[in-house]
Amino acid sequence: MSRASVKINDLSWMTGGPQGSGVDSSANIFAGACVLGGLWTFGLREYYSSIKGPHSYFEVRVNSDKIRSHVNNVNVLATFDAETLIRHADEVAPGGGILYDPTFSSIEIDKVDTIETPVVLRIKARLAKQGLPGTVNGILDEARKRGVNLFPIPYNDIIAKTAAQIGEHQLSKLSRIVNVLSVAASFAILGFDETYLNQSIERAFASKKKVVDMNEIGAKLAYDAAKTQLKQPFPFQLQPIQNQPRLLLMGVEAVALGKLVGGCRVQTYYPITPAADESEFLESHGNFDISGGNNPGQKGSILVTQTEDEIAAITMATGAALTGARAATSTSGPGFSLMVEGLGWAGMNEVPLVITHYQRGGPATGQPTRHEQGDLKFVLSAAHGEFPRIVLCSGDMEESFYDAIRIFNYAERFQMPSIHLIDKGLANNSMTISPPKADLVPIQRGKLIEADHQGNGEGEPYRRFAFTQDGVSPRAVLGMPGYRFWNTGDEHDEMGHIEEDPDNRVKMMTKRMTKLDTAAKEIPEDEKFNFFPSSKKQADVTIVSWGSTKGPILDAMKLLEKDGIGVEFLQIRLVNPFPTDAVKQKLSRAKLTVDIEQNYSGQMAAVIAEKTMIDVKNKIVKFNGRPMSQDEIYQSVKQVISNPEQNRRVVLTHGA
Amino acid sequence: MALKLTDLKTDVHNDWCPGCGDFGIEASLKMALTEMPVDINKVALFSGIGCSSKLVHFTNAFGVHTLHGRVLGYAQGAKLANPDLEVIAVGGDGDGLGIGVGHFVHAGRRNIDMAYIIHDNGVYGLTKGQAAPTLHLGMQTKSLPEPNINSNINPIMLALASGFTFIARSYAYNTRHLKEMIKKAVAHKGFALIDALQPCPTYNDINTKEWYGGEDRIDPATKRPMPRTYDLESTGYNGRITADMSEDDVGKNHLQVIEKSREWGDKIPIGVFYQNETVPIYEERLSERSPSYLKTPPAKQQLAKNDGKSVVNLANLSKELLFESLVLAH
Repeated sequence: MSRASVKINDLSWMTGGPQGSGVDSSANIFAGACVLGGLWTFGLREYYSSIKGPHSYFEVRVNSDKIRSHVNNVNVLATFDAETLIRHADEVAPGGGILYDPTFSSIEIDKVDTIETPVVLRIKARLAKQGLPGTVNGILDEARKRGVNLFPIPYNDIIAKTAAQIGEHQLSKLSRIVNVLSVAASFAILGFDETYLNQSIERAFASKKKVVDMNEIGAKLAYDAAKTQLKQPFPFQLQPIQNQPRLLLMGVEAVALGKLVGGCRVQTYYPITPAADESEFLESHGNFDISGGNNPGQKGSILVTQTEDEIAAITMATGAALTGARAATSTSGPGFSLMVEGLGWAGMNEVPLVITHYQRGGPATGQPTRHEQGDLKFVLSAAHGEFPRIVLCSGDMEESFYDAIRIFNYAERFQMPSIHLIDKGLANNSMTISPPKADLVPIQRGKLIEADHQGNGEGEPYRRFAFTQDGVSPRAVLGMPGYRFWNTGDEHDEMGHIEEDPDNRVKMMTKRMTKLDTAAKEIPEDEKFNFFPSSKKQADVTIVSWGSTKGPILDAMKLLEKDGIGVEFLQIRLVNPFPTDAVKQKLSRAKLTVDIEQNYSGQMAAVIAEKTMIDVKNKIVKFNGRPMSQDEIYQSVKQVISNPEQNRRVVLTHGA
Repeated sequence: MALKLTDLKTDVHNDWCPGCGDFGIEASLKMALTEMPVDINKVALFSGIGCSSKLVHFTNAFGVHTLHGRVLGYAQGAKLANPDLEVIAVGGDGDGLGIGVGHFVHAGRRNIDMAYIIHDNGVYGLTKGQAAPTLHLGMQTKSLPEPNINSNINPIMLALASGFTFIARSYAYNTRHLKEMIKKAVAHKGFALIDALQPCPTYNDINTKEWYGGEDRIDPATKRPMPRTYDLESTGYNGRITADMSEDDVGKNHLQVIEKSREWGDKIPIGVFYQNETVPIYEERLSERSPSYLKTPPAKQQLAKNDGKSVVNLANLSKELLFESLVLAH
């Protein structure tokens, strides 16, 4: 191996194992060490809907520049069970490496009962074709022939030595450090300084000194054991670089931080994957430092309440919003389905309620832990009747943070239920980002009547739903002296009392719907969509998309542009009210438009057609539950460009 | 300035049927409000859907007329966000014990300091008289094509099982009694239920005003009707749980509630079945988690400085984050 073929700070590392065995923590420790060494990471987390047992895996991509997506190929596969090796060995590209426990070599593939039969048959057929046995050895031989480096790591010996060093006689107590051993061995072959690993371990187990010690001792032994196996430098290397402070965040955490900064003080939820992680994060950070405000020397707090169902979640949050508190509920598809009557009530009563909706595979229970963007058209029209709502879609961690603040501003300024639409890919993946700025998005409360204003003067009673030019009425809250009001789900008059008069109906419907025009006018363009131009004056292809496909699209764009293909990308963020003119303008001058979405039918393309009368003919879709990779988009966009007529609908399928 | 009954009137036309029990409940509630030491500006009435739930529009206090079966969600959310509010929820038995019964049970588990009055007439009036959850098995009220095929829910027993800490029953036309029950329910520290029995003159032709009044049962001695309802207190009944009671005594008290709740027909007890202020209210449980909760509840926290910038110290928040959200030092 020549020195020139060594790739520095550009690789994809994967670990896997039974759910609950520490896959997530080993990936976090790996990514954490990389971040401590100044590098940028992107993490893809895939898991089953189960507590313990079934296979889960975590892919961490590392780079010296910011990255936003995963790739198809794995360069280092760090395994500590047979199943991960059997399932993922074929994803390791030539030149890459596999770390494995040598005691697994003779395990027969069909004896691993957690692997589904079709997968077993597929792998065995693949091996048989090459004349290889249906065992772990067969898998290893296949990889070796392809030019993959094999690193047997004697985990049991290392655990025994660790036990001896710390004076622990019960080996079973140490068995759970195996995941950290695989991380340490990985860093040894990648030539990455072990001090970052130790720092990362210390952060991971900050409160448990004994756990830190045992992991660090084991890590050292594993690091040295792997190093002795290196006969020549491994073709992928990691080196620390100087960098600014950064955050390693999951999407749910970005949203939660945005909510706290954005003034959310009530959050209701019913447990559901993947949304519940956000509420749990909020609950565990329920008291926080504030500076300024009306509570000097004290902490701010958020009330997080677990409800009996999603109907209670949305109605409680709405009740809270009526008191002037910024209130939200957070859910996923099945939960949102239960909420829709409450959504309509909030629309009818002009309540600034925020719903954070994490899409996952549907319909029904669908694929609870898998990714999809299948709810766009549903959230746009959910609940009977017509009423205005905001629908805002974030594409990455930073946007999720800032949009979590903006969505409250929209909700209060335009007095309507506002939906922050996110997806599982964004929710559960992790990414290194620059720390967001708390004051970039100021808090705007619209026509909220200040609490210290006493009374409404003589004569004229307060009218909660007063007719106004922009449709938005001055908003009082429950308990405010001099501003008595009524709410009802029935059509009502300006006071909020039931009124079935046809003239009033026309005026009141018009008032409510006018607020959508007001929102369309007042929300600035750069909050409605992002446009990433091509380096060419006339792009060869215009990609239109929304949500978390943003990451792989931006990463693929770089590669396509490098190949001389001019690519521009229109990322639609505000879907209601829809930025019709801007979308029309961008797409009408496109040479070739490709719609990229993580659903079956291309829902955004349908919305674009409805709003602009533009028919986006070429679509790249994916609905197997696994997020799109940079490589998939790179390849499929090329495929479409090569022959747009023949490639009207490309279906992507990568992912285990 | 003392609150007068006329202060609680609105201009909204009342469309309840003549003789509806809702009138008695409305009158009792308004009388109670004028007699209680509450600031009417802090009173927030919540209702579900049905005849009874229109009550909020006829009352000059903050009034939130919500969705069918969901009154407790809205009401609890408002009370938690602003514990200074005096929250009173009302709704029918179909609303609270049919479509909304899940919320009824879980409200008991929380024990938020508020009151809930169920207008209990055994029928769905606004949809023309279908059987509601408290109608007994085999009863055939006026608009039922067949006798009721379901057993009834016993609201008192269900409330006890769900953890309600104040459980009372009254009768819509005994406004003096109902008024007193409402005052006690509002004063009670915790979640308080009043099962307010009420005739539906249009659709419930069995449990009528005359039936409750015992006009079919003339006392041979006095020649006067013998009402079916009787006051629990007059029998020496005491449903109060006190802090010094043994577990055994608490258990006996519960059995007594169940026993009394099963009386129906010719003897219908009204009054306080159960009261337990030894259970911490939800607001106190929240204060344990967030010491600033009662002083600056969600509705009263200032979110931004004068320039609109958030008061939240993100840097400090980030420092507190665990490993999964690792923050790098400079």
